[in-house]
Amino acid sequence: MVNGDQNRAGPKKKASTRRKKAAPTGDSEMVQLLTADGERVSHPEYDVSLTDQQYRDLYRDMVIVRRLDTEGTALQRQGQLGIWASLQGQEAAQIGSGRALAKQDMVFPTYREHGVLWTRDIDPIMPFGLFRGVDLGGWDSRKYKFQMYTIVIGAQALHATGYAMGVTKDGKVGGDDGEAVIAYFGDGASSQGDVNESFVWANVYNAPVVFFCQNNQYAISEPVIRQSRTPLYKRASGFGFPGVRVDGNDVLASYAVTKHALDNARHGNGPMFIEAYTYRMGAHTTTDDPTRYRESGEVEAWRSKDPIARMRTFLERSTIGDADYFQSIDDEADQHALDLRERVIALPDPVPGAIFENVFSEASPLVEAERAEFTEYHASFEGSGH
Amino acid sequence: MMTDTLRIGQAVGAGLRRAMEDDPKVLLMGEDVGKLGGVFRVTDGLQKDFGEDRVIDTPLAESGILGTAIGLAIRGWRPVCEIQFNGFVYPAFDQIVCQLAKMHYRSQGTVPLPIVVRIPCGGGIGAVEHHSESPEAYFAHTAGLKVVSCSDSNDAYWMIQQAIASQDPVIFFEPLRRYQEKGEVDTSGSLDTAHPLLASKVEREGTDATVVAWGSMTKVAHDAATAAAEDGRSLEVINLRTLSPLDMGPVYESVKKTGRMVVVHEAPSNVGIGAEIAARVTQDCFYSLESPVLRVTGYDTPYPAARLEEDYLPDLDRVLDAVDRTFGY
Repeated sequence: MVNGDQNRAGPKKKASTRRKKAAPTGDSEMVQLLTADGERVSHPEYDVSLTDQQYRDLYRDMVIVRRLDTEGTALQRQGQLGIWASLQGQEAAQIGSGRALAKQDMVFPTYREHGVLWTRDIDPIMPFGLFRGVDLGGWDSRKYKFQMYTIVIGAQALHATGYAMGVTKDGKVGGDDGEAVIAYFGDGASSQGDVNESFVWANVYNAPVVFFCQNNQYAISEPVIRQSRTPLYKRASGFGFPGVRVDGNDVLASYAVTKHALDNARHGNGPMFIEAYTYRMGAHTTTDDPTRYRESGEVEAWRSKDPIARMRTFLERSTIGDADYFQSIDDEADQHALDLRERVIALPDPVPGAIFENVFSEASPLVEAERAEFTEYHASFEGSGH
Repeated sequence: MMTDTLRIGQAVGAGLRRAMEDDPKVLLMGEDVGKLGGVFRVTDGLQKDFGEDRVIDTPLAESGILGTAIGLAIRGWRPVCEIQFNGFVYPAFDQIVCQLAKMHYRSQGTVPLPIVVRIPCGGGIGAVEHHSESPEAYFAHTAGLKVVSCSDSNDAYWMIQQAIASQDPVIFFEPLRRYQEKGEVDTSGSLDTAHPLLASKVEREGTDATVVAWGSMTKVAHDAATAAAEDGRSLEVINLRTLSPLDMGPVYESVKKTGRMVVVHEAPSNVGIGAEIAARVTQDCFYSLESPVLRVTGYDTPYPAARLEEDYLPDLDRVLDAVDRTFGY
């Protein structure tokens, strides 16, 4: 499925014919700065001027997060993780938007934003406790300016909006040093009441929040046509703020549009909605089988729009990167993956008594009574080989 | 002691006012809480005095109220959310049980959510459907939430302040049909000297049977005790006050003394708080019991049409009848 298809009704076969004719490049509905062939193009409203080093850094980020992600899938297959939610195909959307964030901005992610997490200079092992089952993903979200992963679809869009309302109340909007908030969610979440309610709130209170929807075309097995028959970005206008579709496989466009939206928010101009039009190359998580619900031709069509390959072509053509450079990045990514693998496998199991920790801030007699009972019971096994 | 005579609804409002004066981070948010002062006028005058930034009239969407309150609390504010009527809390259920209740646990203690959710609870005012429900058991079943219920003016005034001061999320039930009843409030006390938020209270001592109640049913329990006294029976009345975590100490002490217990609540009996109390008393006071713990509750039906609610709601006679039955074993 390509840009605009969800607008069309009609027999499946016909849509499939059209799919081949339509091309995502040069689509006036979608902001693009780097074509699928790696050609640098301009856009009248959104542009970006980066140094060679910054271009290289974006490429490096994408290669490393893809490599870490591949390691996540491998670790799951080898029984080291209970489940893994792969980001493959969405590197440009995540790295582009993530690198557009200022240090003071706050991120509200789903459970797939491993790339955004990387851009916050956070140890990439952070979410692995959740997927390994040694904790519930409990990092200090305020310290890292990156909230905990959210499993319930779309719930975090409201948290982001409330947080953004708090930013306004704290007087932290209205200048370059203002704080902005970004909420990530997918195309499936666009159907959720919470996401739509967050649009209402954000508009009514002019909250400095950017809604970043990665339309990866599928909510597990359901294509985006099951969520909406209008392009998602068009929804924003009904809620009273701008919506824009960006080529989510284009790291430069993702960066430019997100930076614009965040600057807009931090200066007190209210929310924006970004639909990053992209594709999830793998399964929803390691538990599902995408061959049951999508055709290989579709996957191959999207493979030709790969975000990393096109950036590499751009770097090669503009002689910003040569073969040695690309090899060094691949080597570095392998090293990161190796480190990650060793550390994930070494993650210790939590102590059993951790069940009872932090249920409340203040003690609860019920929890304390059960903890005492558990401790006594558990102790009774000591020395008996259990 | 400095006292004030306040209706229960007014006492909640006075408590909110004092909490807002004491802590500039306290926010009120909900539908119609501003100019109107809430449909029960609990927040009357607060927006005028504290401004629209601290008394926030929200869009009409309960999940949105709770979800944005969570974001505000992460940011460092202390939101007090008003749910307009008991039956309207369900659209916010996911945000309460999946997000509000678990954030502290999931974050290994780094993200407390000091949020209070005020809910007018129960029926008895002749309202249309969805305005008379008692949803407390849903929330008491979820770890991470404190669930409390005030039943008189003094408790209303102090418990709301204690709930706001708590670092944990508190579901705060207000006895809708008692909002207009007056009572003495000791305004000279402090959060520390008031009866603890999480403690049940023996409100009337007796020797023959124990009646446990909370919220609007506390009055019914007292009335029953007064009526029983005329027949020569001495009932002990315990106001549970906190439904989660339960403070069973005074309940155990009482049943060990009286040997008989009746639990009264408006909510249906099936898997209700009364069942929990009966189970715990049976487990921990088995040899003190002279008869099974009985429950007097709403029926296991949807809340009926208003013209039938007096038949549905536990009243003085149903409580006395249950007390009689405990003597029949």
